[in-house]
Amino acid sequence: MSTVQSALPPLAVATAGTDRTSPPGPAAIDVDGLNFYYGEKRALENITIRIPSHLVTAFIGPSGCGKSTFLRTLNRMNDIIAGTRVEGRVVIEGRDIYAPGTDVVALRRRVGMVFQKSNPFPKTIFENVAYGVRINGLTRNRGELEDRVEESLRSAAIWDEVKDRLHESALALSGGQQQRLCIARALAIRPEILLMDEPASALDPIATQRIEELIYQLKSRYTIVIVTHNMQQAARVSDRTAFFWLGRLVEYGPTDRIFTNPGEKLTEDYVTGRFG
Amino acid sequence: MPDRPVPHFQEELQQLKNRLLEMGGLAEDRVRTVVQALVERDAPLVDRVLSGDGPINALHIEIDSRCFKLLALHQPMAVDLRAIVSAVKINTDLERVGDLAVNIAEAVKRYMRHPPVKELIDIPRMADIAQRMLRDALDAYVRRDTTLAQAVLNEDDALDSLKTQVFRELLTYMLQTPATIEPALDLILMSRHLERIGDHATNIAEDVIFMVSARDVRHHVREG
Repeated sequence: MSTVQSALPPLAVATAGTDRTSPPGPAAIDVDGLNFYYGEKRALENITIRIPSHLVTAFIGPSGCGKSTFLRTLNRMNDIIAGTRVEGRVVIEGRDIYAPGTDVVALRRRVGMVFQKSNPFPKTIFENVAYGVRINGLTRNRGELEDRVEESLRSAAIWDEVKDRLHESALALSGGQQQRLCIARALAIRPEILLMDEPASALDPIATQRIEELIYQLKSRYTIVIVTHNMQQAARVSDRTAFFWLGRLVEYGPTDRIFTNPGEKLTEDYVTGRFG
Repeated sequence: MPDRPVPHFQEELQQLKNRLLEMGGLAEDRVRTVVQALVERDAPLVDRVLSGDGPINALHIEIDSRCFKLLALHQPMAVDLRAIVSAVKINTDLERVGDLAVNIAEAVKRYMRHPPVKELIDIPRMADIAQRMLRDALDAYVRRDTTLAQAVLNEDDALDSLKTQVFRELLTYMLQTPATIEPALDLILMSRHLERIGDHATNIAEDVIFMVSARDVRHHVREG
C-alpha cells in the first residue's frame, strides 16, 4: 500500500484555497493534522478540516478512502478497535478530544452516532428512546421522561407512526422506521453533533427520502456529519462536502461548488463517475 | 404518506418558479412602459426603459444558476426535470423580451425626433396582445395549464397579421410622403419587435406543454 501511495502525484490542495479548511461561521469540530493508523498502515493522512456548526457536512469518496474511519475519529469510536493509533488534534468546543483525561463517555453523549444498519435494542419503542436518558440520569421523573421520549420521536419524524404502539417491540418496525427510531434514540440525550455513517444505505428510496428530509430539518438544531457512498445523497442533503481519496482529504467546500465546479481534477473525476 | 413533509427540493422548485414569474412581470412591465412612452411621447420614460435592464439581467443570471444547482444537486426526474429544463429556456425567452423592450425604446427615441406619422392604433393593440400572451404563458407555466398555453399559441396569428397590416399601411404613407420614411421605418421596426415578443411568449407556451404533457409541439406540430 505504501508503494502505491508514494507513486501518487502530490496533491495541489495541500496548500490550496482557504475555502478547503475555513468555512464561514463557528466551527463545531476543528481537526488539525490528523493521522490514523490501523497497526502499521496509515489509514488517514494529515487531515485538517473545520466542520461548521448547524450545517450538514458530507464525506464522500470511494470504498476504503477513509471517510468512515475519519467519522469515527470524531467521537473516538475507533478506540474500541485494537492496534489503532491517532496523531493530531480533534478540537470540539475548545478541547482536544484526544487529550489525556478526556471523558469518552461524556464525549459520545455530546457527539452522537447513527449507524449504517439500524440497531434498535430488543425492547419496546419507548424503552429504546428512554434508555440513554435514564442511564444518564437526564430526567427527574416519569413525566419528564415521557416528554423527552415524545419530543425525540417527533424530532425524528416518527412520532405519528408509533405514538399508539409505544410499548410494542421496536423490532416490529420497518427498516426505515427502525433507522428513524435510532435517530430519535441518539437525539434523546441531546447531543450537539450527530455523526451518521451511511444512515440510509440499507433503505428503500421512500425511506431514504424521509431520512434525507429529516437530516435537512435537524440541521437547525444540530451539527450533522454524514458519510455516504451515495454521491447524489451528499448533493441533496449537505451544505458542505469533503472528498476523501486513499486516506487523504482531496477537496472540501460548499456542496454546490463541489458538484458543479470542483477545484480538483480528482474530485471532478469522482463526482462525474469516472472512477470510484 | 399522510405526514410526509414537503421535500425541500419541491420548495426550491417553487422558489425557482416564483423568480421566473417575477422576471416575467418585469419583462411585461417594460413592454407596457415603452409603449406608454411612445403613445404619450414621454422622453424621460423612454430613457427609463433604456437604462432599466439591470434587474432583468440580474434575474436572468440568478435563475440560470438556480436551475444549474437544482440539476446538479437533486438529479430531478420526469416532470421535475422537464420543469427545470423549461425554466432554463423560459428564462432565455424572458431576457430576450427585456432586450426587445430596449430595442423598441431605441426606435421610440428616434421616432420622437419627428412629428407623428399617424395616430397610433395598431402598435398599442399589438403591445396589448403581446403582453397578454406573455402573461398567459407564464400563468400557464405556474398552473400547468396546457389549455391556456394552447390559447397563447393560437393568439400568435393575430399578432402576425397586425404586423403585416402595420407594414402595408405605413408603406402607403411612405410612398405618398417621403419625409415620413424615417419615422415610419421606426414604427415598422417596433411592430416587428412586438411580433418577436409574441414569438417568445409562444416559445414559453410550447415549453409549458412540454413540461406538463411531455409533448413537443414546436415547429408547427400544433393542435388546432
